[in-house]
Amino acid sequence: MDIATLQRLNSARAARQASVAVTDLATGRTQTFLEGEPLTSEWDAAISDALRSGRPTLSVVGERSLFINVHLPPPRIVVIGAVHISQALAQLAPVAGFDLSIIDPRTAFATGERFRGVELIADWPEDVLPGRPLDRYTALAALTHDPKIDDFPIRAALEGGCFYVGALGSRKTHAARMERLRLAGVAAEDIGRIRAPIGLDIGAASPAEIAVAILAEIVAALRNRELGWGGEAS
Amino acid sequence: MTSEANILDPLQIAETWHRQGRTVALATVIETWGSAPRPVGSHLVIDGEGNFQGSVSGGCVEGAVIAEAADVIQSGAPKILEFGVADETAWRVGLSCGGRIRVYLERVDG
Repeated sequence: MDIATLQRLNSARAARQASVAVTDLATGRTQTFLEGEPLTSEWDAAISDALRSGRPTLSVVGERSLFINVHLPPPRIVVIGAVHISQALAQLAPVAGFDLSIIDPRTAFATGERFRGVELIADWPEDVLPGRPLDRYTALAALTHDPKIDDFPIRAALEGGCFYVGALGSRKTHAARMERLRLAGVAAEDIGRIRAPIGLDIGAASPAEIAVAILAEIVAALRNRELGWGGEAS
Repeated sequence: MTSEANILDPLQIAETWHRQGRTVALATVIETWGSAPRPVGSHLVIDGEGNFQGSVSGGCVEGAVIAEAADVIQSGAPKILEFGVADETAWRVGLSCGGRIRVYLERVDG
């Protein structure tokens, strides 16, 4: 692979743009295609298939043997609340291959000192999310306990089809939350998609352990997700 | 992306190493049969001194790929390597899981 092709591929991946690298195994030449770009008609179908399925594959087109590698954007975790659990989650998420950002309007919590090297937005979710909508590649973890901050992004995540929507809080807190959402007109089926209490039941006690439980639950949700956003669960 | 992610991202590392003036080879799993430990598309990046990041097999055949990478870095000609269970192939190393993999090994040029 030549360095220009590698750089182009890495730029696309950093920008969360789906890309495909096609290597002609006879010549060793690799070309990169970004989702939405015009394709060479000869490879059109094979590349489209790879983008749709998310699966890298060997393919014979004409007389050429091609390896088609596909890079879909890494799933993103959006955390509501710059709390202690979020600090641990921010360190764990990149290791498991997730992009992560944190939203919290409380500037005492959302400080650069507490969240070094993390994308941190000190603003209300109502003001942030319209400019960067939650999508099917996104997991939402609502961690503030505060309905004024958590409720809006939870609704936005359900509407946006996020593959995971989790909310911190006791069963009692969650019962009150479900009632508020019901009164706000959210369908019972959608409310049922919220994971609460958040995280796999591993007996987690410390903030770091709870972060592990949340991340594990997010991985399970991603790998067992319904088809349709870019590939089968595997 | 944070630096933690980049540590685990062979394609980023390949670009970084190249920028640092190191010679670089990139190995990619292109085909698997049976219970292969790493999925198709997985990468291993190797430099001219045998430093490496990433994996194509979760540790079983990395040593052999790294040895071959020295040749590919020298010659610039890509190679396809195949690994299976240890006793059934010409390779001295194999996959204990009983699967088989094909690995494309190329130099990063430019």
